[in-house]
Amino acid sequence: MGMTIAEKIVARAAGVAEAHANDIHTVELDYLMSNDGTTHLTIDMYNNLKHPRIADVSKLVWIVDHNVPCDSPKTAASQKKMRDFAKEHGITFYEGAGVCHQVMIENHVVPGQLIFGADSHTCAYGALGAFGTGVGCTDYLYGMVTGKSWVLVPETLRFNLSGQLGNGATARDLILTIIGQIGANGANYHAMEFAGPGMASLTMSDRIAICNLCVEAGAKTALMEVDQVTLDYLAAHGGREPAACFSSDPDAKFEKVYDIDLSTIVPVVAKPHFVDNIVPVSDCTGIKINEAFLGSCNNGRLEDLRLGASIIKGRKVAPTVRFLVVPASREVFLAALKEGILDTFMEAGAIVMNPNCSVCWGSCQGVIGEGETLISTGTRNFKGRAGHRDSFVYLGSAATVTASAVKGEICAPKDL
Amino acid sequence: MEEFTGKVWLLGDDIDTDIIMPTEYLAMKTVKDMCPYAFSPLRPEMAAQIHEGDIIVAGKNFGCGSSREQAPEVIKALGIRCVIAGSYARIFFRNAINNGLLLIENADLVRDVKEGDEITVRVGDSILYGDKTYPISPLPQNLLDILDAGGLVRAMQRLNGIGKE
Amino acid sequence: MGMTLIEKIIAHNIGRESVTPGEIVTVNVDRVMVHDIFIPFVADKFEEMGFSKIWDPDKMVLIYDHLVPASQLDDARHFAKGDAFAAKYGVKNVHRSDGICHQLMTEAGYVKPGDIAFGTDSHTVTYGCVGAFSTGIGYTEMAGILGTGKLWIRVPETIKVEVNGTLPANVSSKDVILQILGDLRADGATYKSLEFVGSTFDAMSVASRMTMSNMTVECGAKCGLFAPDEKTAEYCGISAEDFKNDAFLQSLKGDPDAAYERVLTYRAEDFVPVAACPSQVDNIHPVSEIAGLAVDQVFLGSCTNGRLEDLAAAADILRGKKIAPFVKMIVTPASRKIYREALEAGILETLAEAGAMITHPGCGLCCGRAGGILTDNEVVVATNNRNFLGRMGTSKVQIYLASPKTAAWTALTGRISVPE
Repeated sequence: MGMTIAEKIVARAAGVAEAHANDIHTVELDYLMSNDGTTHLTIDMYNNLKHPRIADVSKLVWIVDHNVPCDSPKTAASQKKMRDFAKEHGITFYEGAGVCHQVMIENHVVPGQLIFGADSHTCAYGALGAFGTGVGCTDYLYGMVTGKSWVLVPETLRFNLSGQLGNGATARDLILTIIGQIGANGANYHAMEFAGPGMASLTMSDRIAICNLCVEAGAKTALMEVDQVTLDYLAAHGGREPAACFSSDPDAKFEKVYDIDLSTIVPVVAKPHFVDNIVPVSDCTGIKINEAFLGSCNNGRLEDLRLGASIIKGRKVAPTVRFLVVPASREVFLAALKEGILDTFMEAGAIVMNPNCSVCWGSCQGVIGEGETLISTGTRNFKGRAGHRDSFVYLGSAATVTASAVKGEICAPKDL
Repeated sequence: MEEFTGKVWLLGDDIDTDIIMPTEYLAMKTVKDMCPYAFSPLRPEMAAQIHEGDIIVAGKNFGCGSSREQAPEVIKALGIRCVIAGSYARIFFRNAINNGLLLIENADLVRDVKEGDEITVRVGDSILYGDKTYPISPLPQNLLDILDAGGLVRAMQRLNGIGKE
Repeated sequence: MGMTLIEKIIAHNIGRESVTPGEIVTVNVDRVMVHDIFIPFVADKFEEMGFSKIWDPDKMVLIYDHLVPASQLDDARHFAKGDAFAAKYGVKNVHRSDGICHQLMTEAGYVKPGDIAFGTDSHTVTYGCVGAFSTGIGYTEMAGILGTGKLWIRVPETIKVEVNGTLPANVSSKDVILQILGDLRADGATYKSLEFVGSTFDAMSVASRMTMSNMTVECGAKCGLFAPDEKTAEYCGISAEDFKNDAFLQSLKGDPDAAYERVLTYRAEDFVPVAACPSQVDNIHPVSEIAGLAVDQVFLGSCTNGRLEDLAAAADILRGKKIAPFVKMIVTPASRKIYREALEAGILETLAEAGAMITHPGCGLCCGRAGGILTDNEVVVATNNRNFLGRMGTSKVQIYLASPKTAAWTALTGRISVPE
């Protein structure tokens, strides 16, 4: 019987010829990524083990990205624990280099790999044809000690994309629309696979944005086929070679198939307080905002910043609006700096921060207050996600967020 | 002459405003909210144990550092009756007067007194500790005027013809 | 008898021939600055006092810098309160994310030589770098000024600090002021004015002078003044012609027969790179004495040392190199203008390539609310102005204050190092 991409990656990692949905396999993990959100807890558990050992230190990548630079003595203590442990054990360690998923994609992930990350948005690695999934500390620790774990092979929802994005819509509008359509639990435990002729027009940045957000529909992972766009990206990022390039077999079994014509997608926003609460931007036009955020592992790449800059060039941020622009990584920061994008934002009155998770995770940079409204390119709009429990987060694309920052109320670029 | 007796909290030289009220807590809504964190970098236990009428005795340059008025306000809100120090930093000094917190300059008491002991203050005259007497020099008239009005806010209210006379 | 610089500024302000130290006078305020942490308190006191309008709304400058970007839930309330106050009373000079207040006040032209300015922040003394009398006050007094335009002050005694000659290449104005603070001690100039004179200061940029004026509050001074010169005029946007023809501006220097309480004299050649060791600003030691101590973090920024020449000095040292593994370097330019100039000059690129984190202009780590907070037993070398207990995290954090050059060498080696 044919296999999906997810099944093929699990089969490879398990060292078996075939794997199928709902099988449970013991797999060899290619990487284990962990960030400052939880690593200190993993270390505490590790230190309580009777025979602590690390199976293969080269598989571990630890990244400080959530509170950077550090915002409190408590966080500083957790980060120090992480830094000291990484130093002692020779673990690959990044601090201040950017959001963990962006750093992983720029430096480590290759097609065909199976990767655990102690962060829900690990599913972003599907953009490179790798099976990335988020796990908790206990799963992470088991993988760290044994190099292995078990997985329940997910069923796959297949999204056949055709046509090209237009109407001022971006890849983010596409994935938000899909989440709105299938619901916040529409892909629970499933893999979301994207394929079809529409893929050709999507850049690597678009693909990362799409895969990254699949967890908001409950997906275990997201996957895309490897093509020239993928290979070009790998070549430009250290000349990395794929471990294996998979596509689903013609007779692979999909739980459900969706056909999406990209040309029908319009700019949308997710209204408070759920990611699947999707409406066209035009439904929210005129809602006053206090803050706008352009950044995160979802939408903080060069293409997103470039899009924002093209809109704000020659304009100013609305007087009382705080517009935070946070590149997703140092690589993005430097590229945007060289291209004049950072200066465009600075000239317009934006707050340009160092690469990190920032407002997306609601700590230490751009926290919003009681009764305030934020429009964000972050990953989530849950109640209290960006600050006070009585605040409001709308999710939109880089274009929508930037236009809103200029106008001081939610709008599309065409409304400026 | 006004006279009062209180228990001593003994601190050293250069007690800065970051010790009196750390920046981390400055954006809290009210001075009351900030009270538990007063002196926390140096003496985390202290704020909770201060009683109404206690007296702080310290060395030179008390209140050096920032202009944060929360520093004298929080001392007053904790119930401290007065501060007796060798000398004061100038912004803290002004802020204390403007908030009606009594400051007394005396460099000798800090060398003799023990924490927890009781002392008696005769305002504008002297401090009594055990069998020793420490003289106090009087404040300049313009400051006494502000203290007499009950702080700067009251003085300005008077200027604007509002509030109690 | 002659007058000191501060005496001339005060006398001119109140329209008198002369003033005497110790006198209490009421001055007319030329400019006030209120920042984000204290605006809610200023606003409340102002209304409690019964005022219904600001004496001159154009003389008030409202600056958000300590809380940018907001790191705690209540921070945004300060912005809301500030915006409402500005709207209600017609305050047009509002900077919401343009950098640190003390940088902006002279950079944006709010304070000129000979002015008298007050701010709700102790480092308001910074504007002495352009020959203005400026000092920090509390929010109650600020509310009073907003209503009346006046404040009483005691005319301070003056301590003259004279330095002549050429500083060694690895010594910055930061080392000079730290050494002076070490000699005067933390309360050595309480209530007094410092006046800096000599060829060493004549040769300094306005930015370097700013570093020195900024830190004079750390020895208790009411202000730290430099006589305005051609460089000052250029920095303040005063034409050479106007500067030369303005009798008041030309008079702004201490008279040879002025009465100084004390004179400190140094030879520029004798200075060495120094650091303020934990946890007092006057605990000064040569960097060579503490060299080799491993550090966890380096902070380059603040109103003391976040200017273009500071960032450039660090970039010169770090160009083409990487900062030491596991050491964090945080760079926070002092203003939006400086950020953009440093970007344009390739300085930010050099620092980011070396591994530094470049944050948005603001007070950042210096005010201890975010931007690189540390924990027990961590060591930080920082270019800002205070190393008080608990200033950057727990009370067991070891803070060393030093020059941008010392900071950059330390970031490079991971150990406290004397700049070469």
